[in-house]
Amino acid sequence: MVGDIQAFFRDLSGSGINLTIFYDAFDFGRFVTGLGYTLLLIALSGFFSILIGAMGAAVLSLGRGPAASVIRGYVALFRNTPLIVQMYFFYFAIGSIMPVMRNEIGLAQPLIGGLAWAVISLSLYAGAFNVETFRAGIGAVHRSYEEAALALGYTPRQVFVSVTAPLALRFSFASLANNLVDLTKATTVAYAVGVTELLYVSNQIWSDSLNTIEMMNVILVIYLVLTGLVVFLINRVEAAMRLPGFGAGGAP
Amino acid sequence: MSVSPSSAPLIALRGVRKSFGHLEVLRGIDMDIRKGEVVAIIGPSGSGKSTILRTINGLTPINEGSIRVGDIEVGDPKLDKVKLRHRVGMVFQQYNLFPHRTVLQNVAMAPIQVLKEPREQVEERARRLLAEMRLPDKADAYPGELSGGQQQRVAIARALCMEPEVILFDEVTAALDPEMVKEVLSAVRKVAEDGVTCILVTHEMGFAREAADHIYFTDRGVIVEHAPPQTFFTEASDPRTKEFLSKVL
Repeated sequence: MVGDIQAFFRDLSGSGINLTIFYDAFDFGRFVTGLGYTLLLIALSGFFSILIGAMGAAVLSLGRGPAASVIRGYVALFRNTPLIVQMYFFYFAIGSIMPVMRNEIGLAQPLIGGLAWAVISLSLYAGAFNVETFRAGIGAVHRSYEEAALALGYTPRQVFVSVTAPLALRFSFASLANNLVDLTKATTVAYAVGVTELLYVSNQIWSDSLNTIEMMNVILVIYLVLTGLVVFLINRVEAAMRLPGFGAGGAP
Repeated sequence: MSVSPSSAPLIALRGVRKSFGHLEVLRGIDMDIRKGEVVAIIGPSGSGKSTILRTINGLTPINEGSIRVGDIEVGDPKLDKVKLRHRVGMVFQQYNLFPHRTVLQNVAMAPIQVLKEPREQVEERARRLLAEMRLPDKADAYPGELSGGQQQRVAIARALCMEPEVILFDEVTAALDPEMVKEVLSAVRKVAEDGVTCILVTHEMGFAREAADHIYFTDRGVIVEHAPPQTFFTEASDPRTKEFLSKVL
């Protein structure tokens, strides 16, 4: 089976379509490594960006004063500057003043490497957008639900946790899917700080095998599949949390 | 009016004033409501009826005057809101059930989370209340699956599950189809018969006449007159009251 596939693509390369990743074990290995790192970036940054977004929106809706100002400043900074500049800033500016360790064979090894900086940078970037997404979701929850909870003796904090947040989440899915699709595509920027994700390994492959056009197509298809998967997952979660007679699923 | 100690009012409003911006909604409201009484507040739209209710449980803070519920001073900056809202429940025009919680959870969640009562005890009480509201088989449904009248009866059960002394009913039938009004009004009547003090803002004149012990008529932020229903509906003295009654009766 595998042999057949390899033979097919080896033959195909004779006709000018050279997809080395499907018949060359070394290129295949590199490609799988890249895919693995891309998936890792999506999973970790996606998780942390949602966490940051939720906490930021909670602070904005519950708190006044300094904490809210810090969040607003963070959102302004990370939403309104280019991602690659932010990542360079973390990797080269902050990374250069971080302590450097020695690994087991005595080579210099930074405490926080390219992958970690990429996750931090992507999480903060996507987190800024998620703050706004969840804030909009909270704004969409009708005040009457909160009043009903207040009238039952709930404190504003309890109202937020028990009533506002669960309803706001349901209003946030469409916009959240947007942000996570954007994050999926943005993981390619990690290439710039040396993370061997999909674009990085593809560049290596086409440099060695001179199959730039083929690999470009492969990358486009892979990202279409990845973003499709992200949207599929969010839609599944949204469907599982749909409430009868509430929101997009039924009459308000 | 002579007030004997035994009939000292449970709720007393004195000179209550409230403005939203430069719009003065309440312009000096005085009310005395005794324990177990059923009081109906009627009047034209925008006369401040709902605002009066919302000041009594502290949802709307007042600018001037005082509100006392039992021994609780509602305007007190150190007010224990849990204590006040334990004693004073509220039912809203739009039901305001929590759409992400089942009917049983809606009814039981506040006593469990706010009053810290044991779950089993609260759920047993909630099921009994749902049965009294003739909704025993709806415990596991979501509010969105119920009719308006059913939702409003759940909302009444939710208020009752806190075991309050007073329930504020804010135009609880105004959003309902006519055939559902009756079922909700009979639920309200049951609450009143069980001895819970009821303050209703309502447009149901027939219900007010028959169920209320006392009727307050408000217009433009003041109480124009108040009387027992028999006298109110037949011997209204103020021209504004007469005009209003001529329109609604």
